[in-house]
Amino acid sequence: MIAILDYGSGNLRSAERAFATAGKEVVVTSDRTVAVEAEGLVVPGVGAFAACMNGLNGVDGAAIVRERLAKERPTLGICIGMQIMFSHGTEHSDTAPHPGVGVWDGTVSQLAAPILPHMGWNTVEVDSDSTLFKGIEAESFYFVHSYAAKSAVGKMQAWSTHGERFLAAVEDGYMSATQFHPEKSGAAGLALIKNWVGSL
Amino acid sequence: MTLSVRIIPCLDVTDGRVVKGVNFTDLVDAGDPVEMAALYNTEGADELTFLDISASVAGRETTLDVVRRTAEQVFIPLTVGGGIRSVEDVDRLLRAGADKVSINTSALARPQLIAEIADRFGSQVLVLSVDARRARTDSGFEVTTHGGRQSAGVDALAWVEQACALGVGEILLNSMDADGTRAGYDIGMITAVRAVSKVPLIASGGAGSLEDFSAALDAGADALLAASVFHFGVHRIGDVKSYLGKHNYPVRAVAVR
Repeated sequence: MIAILDYGSGNLRSAERAFATAGKEVVVTSDRTVAVEAEGLVVPGVGAFAACMNGLNGVDGAAIVRERLAKERPTLGICIGMQIMFSHGTEHSDTAPHPGVGVWDGTVSQLAAPILPHMGWNTVEVDSDSTLFKGIEAESFYFVHSYAAKSAVGKMQAWSTHGERFLAAVEDGYMSATQFHPEKSGAAGLALIKNWVGSL
Repeated sequence: MTLSVRIIPCLDVTDGRVVKGVNFTDLVDAGDPVEMAALYNTEGADELTFLDISASVAGRETTLDVVRRTAEQVFIPLTVGGGIRSVEDVDRLLRAGADKVSINTSALARPQLIAEIADRFGSQVLVLSVDARRARTDSGFEVTTHGGRQSAGVDALAWVEQACALGVGEILLNSMDADGTRAGYDIGMITAVRAVSKVPLIASGGAGSLEDFSAALDAGADALLAASVFHFGVHRIGDVKSYLGKHNYPVRAVAVR
């Protein structure tokens, strides 16, 4: 069973349906036990970094993620759900960066690009040993974001470029994340979801 | 790693049906928005836009159902516009499965609505739809209402700048002079709006020939919206993408079926 963590982060219907296409039961939940025990946990996320962290803290989400990783259970962050896995984010922070979950050490900062948000379909440059991108290395994925992580973390990185190079996806043992929205990336996105679900 | 230009078909929907003339041969029911959305997705649309032109509350409820059913089947971004007047309206649409909403008249009436929506859901959900035409205003372009028939009394460039400052994430620029003519996008207007905005710009109104699409991109558009040329099969989405790809514009390849 796959759980999609519901912490007030907008529309989860698309994510629910998209993950259901991979053939497993999908539940949208904010229940801690369900989220910790699920075979796979998806942490979605839209909006600003700090607002997202507030929502996550409201359901004890950081602790859920840490407990899952300690118990070697796969977790997938999407978009802001990827960003908040880093230790810091500078979105809407005039002084010190906002703290994130801190699975990865690094700062999520604004892209240096003339047009923001980075909105639309972009390709990725991906390591050959990727699980998520197997068979879809040359496809495009749908991005909507103005901030990103720009330094390598984890065991496998996928990179994309908008104004500057940034991390489009990370695979790091039981923690994976995509800056783009696989649930909105058409057939390529569904293939990536299937790859992740298949690895559970 | 280059961001592709986006090709966006727009469907006018009222009471759960697509209107404003569609002419498909390979659909069982050309008036069903969910079926049309699925077809455009298969043909390689990069996003979809529904414009709800329902006049009644019941019609708007039906649109929510259309959005719901579309989002369950079509896994590309979906924007819904028409009749959105409050943060609650946006919330309902996003919960039904829309990824973005576009607002127009209600923002003109009360610009602060832009900030309210952006603060609650983030700028990325909010498209400002601007119906503009050439006129004797400061910039030479003015905002219109009522489908281009009335002046809103607002300079188009000043409005775009104000809306960007309030937090819109994207601009949908409709040329009311070019709309429906198939004589080409208003290139001067696209150039002018591009110069005063740093958010993605969708050009709309006037698409006819394949060259029209590339001309709008040259003027600074990031995405191209069209209705009638797609609905009537003048061009298929794949034709537009092939043409643009051949001329070295970055396009997302249409999946081989």
